[in-house]
Amino acid sequence: MAVDRFPVEASHILMFARSIGDTNPIYADEEYARKTEVGAIIAPPTFVQASAQFDDEYPLRPVPGKPWFGSGKEATGLKKDPKGDGGGGGGGNGGVLHAEQHYEYHRPLRAGEVLKAVPLPPKSWEKEGRRGGKLHFTENTIEYRTLDGELVVTARGVGVRTEKVVEQK
Amino acid sequence: MSLRASELKVGDSREVVIVDDLSRTQIVMYAGASGDYNPLHTDDKFTQEIAGYPSVFAHGMLSMGMTGRVLTDWVGDGRLTKYGVRFTKQVFPGATLTTTATVEAIRNEGGVNYADFTVVTKDQDGDPVVTGTATARLD
Repeated sequence: MAVDRFPVEASHILMFARSIGDTNPIYADEEYARKTEVGAIIAPPTFVQASAQFDDEYPLRPVPGKPWFGSGKEATGLKKDPKGDGGGGGGGNGGVLHAEQHYEYHRPLRAGEVLKAVPLPPKSWEKEGRRGGKLHFTENTIEYRTLDGELVVTARGVGVRTEKVVEQK
Repeated sequence: MSLRASELKVGDSREVVIVDDLSRTQIVMYAGASGDYNPLHTDDKFTQEIAGYPSVFAHGMLSMGMTGRVLTDWVGDGRLTKYGVRFTKQVFPGATLTTTATVEAIRNEGGVNYADFTVVTKDQDGDPVVTGTATARLD
């Protein structure tokens, strides 16, 4: 999830706010935003997740010319099920579920800023699950900084991968 | 728009229906805006035949995003200093989600007032789908 350049754009914030059903004008109306305490359009609290758009290696976006694990002619474009990548930031692949997400906001994030996403070394551990066999946890922490290095948001995600399919009871 | 410490007390609570009859289209909107195109969220054929779930389901981050609105509408824009959740149950299309945010503490740290909240979002069966905590800076 390393991203060298994550431009935080007003139109992207508008789309993101719409997608979470948030009609607060601070995310959409520049005139309104200028008169508020923060003085500009700002990003909603979970917006930095959308830095995935600027990650060239992001596995959960189809790439032209490469097989995609979603359906086309067949139910999947791959021969085998995708293996989880131990992600936590974006929920990982098919086998990885997003277990936790935590943010620390060091100051408001304003439209027009450019950030970089700097991943810290991931942590992983295992736990014996009650129903799903062994559970593999991975924790990824990403620091969102300005290009000058100022820390704006710290994001910590935990992903969990189960060894076998969890029984549906 | 921002909240003064004197306007809040421990135990104050807000309950908001954050989505009624969640549509597949809204999940598609979230996929497009966030960039998370995992077919588990938008592709029923893959999700049923390959992954083995009854249907597509919402990104956890969509539920976290919708839940966050209850906090930001309350404390004001740009006032959250922390927001974290666990995802405890999958959310399928058709879900109706209700968020309850509660003030757990009001404190002064280094001359700055803060409020600590717990937040829980439950589905139409009353089961929590998102549980977490948040902190906001107050005036």
